[in-house]
Amino acid sequence: MTAYDEERLGELLSALPPAPEAWVEAAKGAPFARERLDEIVERARADEEYRQRVVADPEGVLEEADVVAHAKNIEIIRKRLKDEK
Amino acid sequence: MGMYVDLTDGQLVARCRTGDQEAWNELVERFSRYVYAISVQAFKLSEHDAEDVFQEVFTRAYEHLHKLRDDDAIRPWLAQLTRRLCIDRLRAGAHEQPDELVEPMDVDDTIGRLDEALAVHEALAILPDGCQDILDRFFARDESYRTISEALDVPSGTIASRISRCLGKLRVEIEGRTSPSSAS
Repeated sequence: MTAYDEERLGELLSALPPAPEAWVEAAKGAPFARERLDEIVERARADEEYRQRVVADPEGVLEEADVVAHAKNIEIIRKRLKDEK
Repeated sequence: MGMYVDLTDGQLVARCRTGDQEAWNELVERFSRYVYAISVQAFKLSEHDAEDVFQEVFTRAYEHLHKLRDDDAIRPWLAQLTRRLCIDRLRAGAHEQPDELVEPMDVDDTIGRLDEALAVHEALAILPDGCQDILDRFFARDESYRTISEALDVPSGTIASRISRCLGKLRVEIEGRTSPSSAS
């Protein structure tokens, strides 16, 4: 059995620092973000002007939809619009 | 949030699958440090790459939760998912090198240590709030005695003894979990 003296426990506690708070909050919003991304793609399908805006400024559109504009979400939007072209 | 903290991993996953947002929040809280540590400690990704991997892990986890055969196996499943995405990220910058060449040599050892650290972290969650807070601040957040003293409004001269006392409680908790008589 592993001996959990103070030094060992301290090392193990130190091994898991918190992830940046903004990352954690964005990950909590993953289900919500996916729904919003679906809505953006749906709207872009129906509205060419909106589609062009999404292509030109995905960060702005995501922020407008209250979705964190991290690289992954932008990539998803671009890929889905490209696939449907 | 409180009721979800007490759920087992399997119970939490089952709730997440029903679309329970609070359960999902707790799942992210429970495993965020672990996913983060794998990417920056085991794979030594930059903060930028680690952030992309972090978001990708939780996005995919949510989307593919229904594919998990054993709800209690969420931790190794997340570890494997994180590992795969870290390798993809390293390979993208290493021009078609095989996995064994882009993966750091000590990855298995580091993930093993992080598994053990997560078990200790789970034991910490059982301790009184005061102990959780002081041990987390000192060890995981690397805060000084002075910062802890100001944040918790306790004399800085008592911090060392409080830490020692809380480590003793943590040791009892974790050794209780790992002793043969506690195995079921």
